[in-house]
Amino acid sequence: MARVRLDHLGKSFGATAVLDDVSLDIASGEFIAFLGPSGCGKSTLLRMIAGLETVETGQIHIGDRRVDALAPGDRGVAMVFQHYALYPHMTIFENMAFGLRNAKVPKAEIETRVADAARILEIERFLQQKPGQLSGGQRQRVAIGRAIVKKPDLFLFDEPLSNLDAALRMRTRLELAQLRRRVQATMILVTHDQVEAMTLADRIVVMSDRRIQQVGTPMEIYARPANRFVATFVGSPPMSFLDATLGEGAGGLARATLAGGAAVDTEVPLAALPAGAGWRLGLRAEAVKVVAPGAGLVDAKVEFVERLGDRTLVYLRLADGSAITAEDAGTSRAAMGDAVGLALDGPVHLFDADDRAHYGPLA
Amino acid sequence: MSAASPRRSSWTNGLFVTPYLVVYLVLLLYPLLAGVWLSLHKADLFGGEAFVGLENFGRLLRDTVFLQAVRNTFYFVLLTVPPLAVIALGLAIALNRPTRAAAFFRGVFFSSSVLSVTIVTLIWRLVLIPDGGLIANVLHMAGKPPIPLLSHPDLVLPAIALTTVWWCLGLPMMLYLAALQQVPAELYEAAALDRASRWKTLTRITLPSIRRTLVLVVIIQCVLQFQLFGQAQLLTQGGPNGASRPLVLFIYEVGFRRWDIGYAAAASEILFGLILIATVLQYVTTREKEAVR
Repeated sequence: MARVRLDHLGKSFGATAVLDDVSLDIASGEFIAFLGPSGCGKSTLLRMIAGLETVETGQIHIGDRRVDALAPGDRGVAMVFQHYALYPHMTIFENMAFGLRNAKVPKAEIETRVADAARILEIERFLQQKPGQLSGGQRQRVAIGRAIVKKPDLFLFDEPLSNLDAALRMRTRLELAQLRRRVQATMILVTHDQVEAMTLADRIVVMSDRRIQQVGTPMEIYARPANRFVATFVGSPPMSFLDATLGEGAGGLARATLAGGAAVDTEVPLAALPAGAGWRLGLRAEAVKVVAPGAGLVDAKVEFVERLGDRTLVYLRLADGSAITAEDAGTSRAAMGDAVGLALDGPVHLFDADDRAHYGPLA
Repeated sequence: MSAASPRRSSWTNGLFVTPYLVVYLVLLLYPLLAGVWLSLHKADLFGGEAFVGLENFGRLLRDTVFLQAVRNTFYFVLLTVPPLAVIALGLAIALNRPTRAAAFFRGVFFSSSVLSVTIVTLIWRLVLIPDGGLIANVLHMAGKPPIPLLSHPDLVLPAIALTTVWWCLGLPMMLYLAALQQVPAELYEAAALDRASRWKTLTRITLPSIRRTLVLVVIIQCVLQFQLFGQAQLLTQGGPNGASRPLVLFIYEVGFRRWDIGYAAAASEILFGLILIATVLQYVTTREKEAVR
């Protein structure tokens, strides 16, 4: 286990900058997820920590050691690759033992470590087979096993579940969560799947456009997204946004007025907000309920209905043309073309013209 | 309908194969069998053919000129195939990178392969001849006497082998490069994280990954080098005293200078057999290794 510190990391491929001033402090034993869309730099960041990409500016510390100039093998990290990267001509045992042999670990110790890992991952009966004879899920376990036997300070997972089918992905996700409890190490997972990040990580690092957008626990990220990108990227369906103008409401709190004239009270003191126009109200689907026309805050027309069984997503359009998503019960009777009313039942988010979110003090 | 369509497609499939099959039968299989037939006859290039059974083969085994040619051929294969396989691999590994310089040198090392044997021997004659050749000049500058590379019985085959390695290096290098580019980069990254040294990475990752190409290169080069002809014919005419006469040159001389084509056909069959044994042997041994691993 080791603490990991990233200081002002920067990287570019030729003229294209891929990472810009990334700093992060990861506590010893913490499970961190780098979450972001393709091309946001999350994989490059992971590979820089592993030593597979050079560091152009900034420093990386693992434990007390500065590692950014060390060879990958000398950093005390183990990595699980997206495509597993098992050595195809070696048996499963040799795959797991290769790194230990190179590190001159005594033979008996290698055998114990591989046997232990194989038992934990239930791959004992494959040890004498080649990777080609194994299924995708089994190869994934071998790849994890190859990382475990090294007893690294830091585990790196590069989209480890993206090659698995839906059912297997869910099972492997649970296993990763359990593995985490058995193996004492700091872990970093790169993923574009918010469910993986939310369910596995202690803290999520949301990345976009070469930078860290927000660092926080899964619920912090969900409940208080720092900006519009995070609000849109985390949560399904994505948050809806409505243009609003601000005025003073009860108790000095900001009151947002929508295009139709309807007013929504927020929990943010007006005095704490910068002056200016271009405000937007952010609403998660579960905070928007479908009611009878005229009975709610504002009226809207149903454009599309998505039935998920336990709940129904209703995609709506307001009179001024803006789109909003509401959540209704699984037995919802909303149908395309219906005129309905919308009621608010949950927190609202306030975004300024620069897409930054503003929140009141924590209760 | 559903039962008829696969049947019809099977004979239309056959139709597609037919053109090649005809060419194969007429140009390869027929001459092969005709050669076997001819090797059992005492035949003159300009008429006259008498069945003599295996007598041609008996004569060959007692023919010291033929036996010397067999020895020369084996020696030449040993002199060329291992260096070709190893040097081409080294070049391919060194040049397997996406830089402009690497692309330039790939072109340079491949360029010799496009030359005809006539050009190649012309160039190497200028290098090898003791009278004003490149090597002789270099030796002269060092104050040493010239070495008669092409007229010394012990040096002539190594000199021809050197010429051949230079000429034939391009193809195996390209085959290796194609194979190296198929090795996933992730394997090397995993090896780097596994603290594998350069040597370990070469022996445990690279070589096993391109093993099939290694076998292919050795087999192709064996087949090619067993058939040495042009370089020996043009550089030395098989001399001095038969020291550089390979099997194909022997066959050529017997068949087209002495018109004894039955005898030449018998020698061809033996060459064919030798190549066949050499390739099958390699194929079998490497396959057995794979089964054991």
